[in-house]
Amino acid sequence: MRAADLLSARGAPRRRQAPMGRIRTRWGWFFLSPWLIGFVAFQALPIVATIFLSFTDYSATKEFAPGNFNMVGLDNYGRLFSDPQLLQSLGVTIKFALIAVPIGLVIPLSFALLVNSKHLMAPNVFRTLYFLPTVIPIVAGVMVFQGVLNAQSGWINLMLEAIGLEGPRWLSDPQWAVPALNLLGLWGVGNAMLILLASLQGVPTELYDASTIDGANGVQRFRYITLPMISPVIFYNVTLGIIGAFQYFVAAMLIGGRNGDPQGATLFYNLHFYRQAFVFNDMGYASVLALLLFVIVMILTTIMFYFGQRSVYYAGGDL
Amino acid sequence: MATLTQVERKDRAVPVRASSQLGYKLRQLSTNLGVTLLGVVVMLVFLMPLGYMLATAFKQDSQLTDSHAPLWPAAKSTYNYQGEDLPLYNVPTEDGMKQWALVKGYREDSDFIDPANPEKGVFNWVGRYRVLDPVYHFAPTWENFTMAWEQVAFGLLFRNTFIIAVISTIGTLISCILVAYGFARFKIPGKNILFIILISTIVLPPQATIIPLYVLFAKIGWTGTWLPLLVPAFFANAFDVFLLRQYFMSIPRELDEAAMLDGANPLRTLVSVIIPQAIPAITAVTLFHFFFAWNDYFAPLVFLVGREDLYPISVGIGKFVGTFSIYPGRAMATAVLTLILPALLFFFAQRQFMRGVVVTGVEK
Repeated sequence: MRAADLLSARGAPRRRQAPMGRIRTRWGWFFLSPWLIGFVAFQALPIVATIFLSFTDYSATKEFAPGNFNMVGLDNYGRLFSDPQLLQSLGVTIKFALIAVPIGLVIPLSFALLVNSKHLMAPNVFRTLYFLPTVIPIVAGVMVFQGVLNAQSGWINLMLEAIGLEGPRWLSDPQWAVPALNLLGLWGVGNAMLILLASLQGVPTELYDASTIDGANGVQRFRYITLPMISPVIFYNVTLGIIGAFQYFVAAMLIGGRNGDPQGATLFYNLHFYRQAFVFNDMGYASVLALLLFVIVMILTTIMFYFGQRSVYYAGGDL
Repeated sequence: MATLTQVERKDRAVPVRASSQLGYKLRQLSTNLGVTLLGVVVMLVFLMPLGYMLATAFKQDSQLTDSHAPLWPAAKSTYNYQGEDLPLYNVPTEDGMKQWALVKGYREDSDFIDPANPEKGVFNWVGRYRVLDPVYHFAPTWENFTMAWEQVAFGLLFRNTFIIAVISTIGTLISCILVAYGFARFKIPGKNILFIILISTIVLPPQATIIPLYVLFAKIGWTGTWLPLLVPAFFANAFDVFLLRQYFMSIPRELDEAAMLDGANPLRTLVSVIIPQAIPAITAVTLFHFFFAWNDYFAPLVFLVGREDLYPISVGIGKFVGTFSIYPGRAMATAVLTLILPALLFFFAQRQFMRGVVVTGVEK
């Protein structure tokens, strides 16, 4: 009895401590569990399955069961080198990204600077209205831009006419279809604007005060204080912009249809993938295309991170 | 005392300072006006397509091909003379522009009547009436809306979208709040690595997983139902977890420690302390997800294939984009009906939403 008492007396404080920590850790796992289960079920395992499917000739017209598909080794990977539409779709995507990424940074940054200006009256009205197009469903936006970009009755060409320019036939001209989609993309800059606005408001005012005393003008303050201070967010936006370009799909599908009209000018990478998988039911080759996209995105993200580590200033020291 | 000092101050200081202070205030005011004007001009250009949409939605399509017609919804004005509706024209005369009604037009001259002075009777005017500008008056039409409503099954699409949006938003909120709380407040071995994995799934292209998911959902009979759109929402997503975690971390720990001392378990603490403090971020996530559900196109297109009665608005309207492009009025009316609910929701929740995003947006 006494020994037991002693034991419990000695053990009690430790036991009371340890379970508390362990119980909290268990609660922690409980809270994380929705994501952990979802990550394994909807992301990790499917990626492994995509790798498996890329070695098969499975067609979605048949039920997925042994006997309905064959292992074909690297055949699907070999097709990458003889697929003219792959190069075309990469070209369209890169052409889009080369315009979308720079304007996807400059325009929201300009908007953020404008609505952050202490000289702007009623800034909340401006913030709300600049953000408004971002909440407009893409189908509605596509319909509106089809009208605005109409070669004859659209207001954009009427405006160009008013200043003596002849507007292109936008969505029906293979040369202009991608820039037209870039214009439509401008309506989605609201999120980037808000994130940049938040980071602008996070720049300590002492820095501006000190530089003003040192005689810096507005441009210098922007170049040497604002830009370095918000560079992490700029880098984040550019990374998301590049990745977004490679996943571009909805507007292209709605305007150009499955074939990427006019004349394949809007055959984005993702549309090519969609056709292979869900129009031609060629799941094996589509899996290869999906994995290629995955690799491209990983490489680009890694490059951006490497680049970001060197050129971005983190106010809090390390990441 | 107070008035005395004020008077003293006025007496001494005003003559010296007034001019420079007035100058400063004027300069300030002109800068403010200039910046605000710039903001207005940029906004007019940026929102111009919305103006086009509203104007065109209330126009008859015939107005679009009429090169004389104004940009706003309008109809040609007429003047009733002896039981007949005569078209009105803007006629240049020696006394300036006159609005006359055309009785009979010839090649080089025409018969007009002046509505302002009908007693004068019909008179002849020398000139080509065909080059005259017709008179228009503001005449919006609801025709496009009734036609769009008849052709597009809006009632069904709204109902489907609403059910999908509400259920998946609830799932997203519950799961993301739980996961964000776990990441924000608990010591878990390997938490940092897990968080990095979570964040890196933001860049994971959905294409990398959609084929096996499609195969799986087809096998268990989920394709052609809403389950593939609803169930994954209950398992959290990186973007919303990140946003909520940032906000939770900004809530002082003392608040939940006090609740713990009162004997509340972590779940209770979350519900009674953290959630009430995080309303702006929760509003932001709710709206983000609601807009997402309104917009989601790829997943319904793939998983609901063939079940048009289950389509949400994105896919349901999608098939009219091509056919309506030759009827701009109907297309714009459809666009108005499609965007009106998200736009209204945004306006009503705008203050909370902006606060939630701007506070949580401060991240490194």
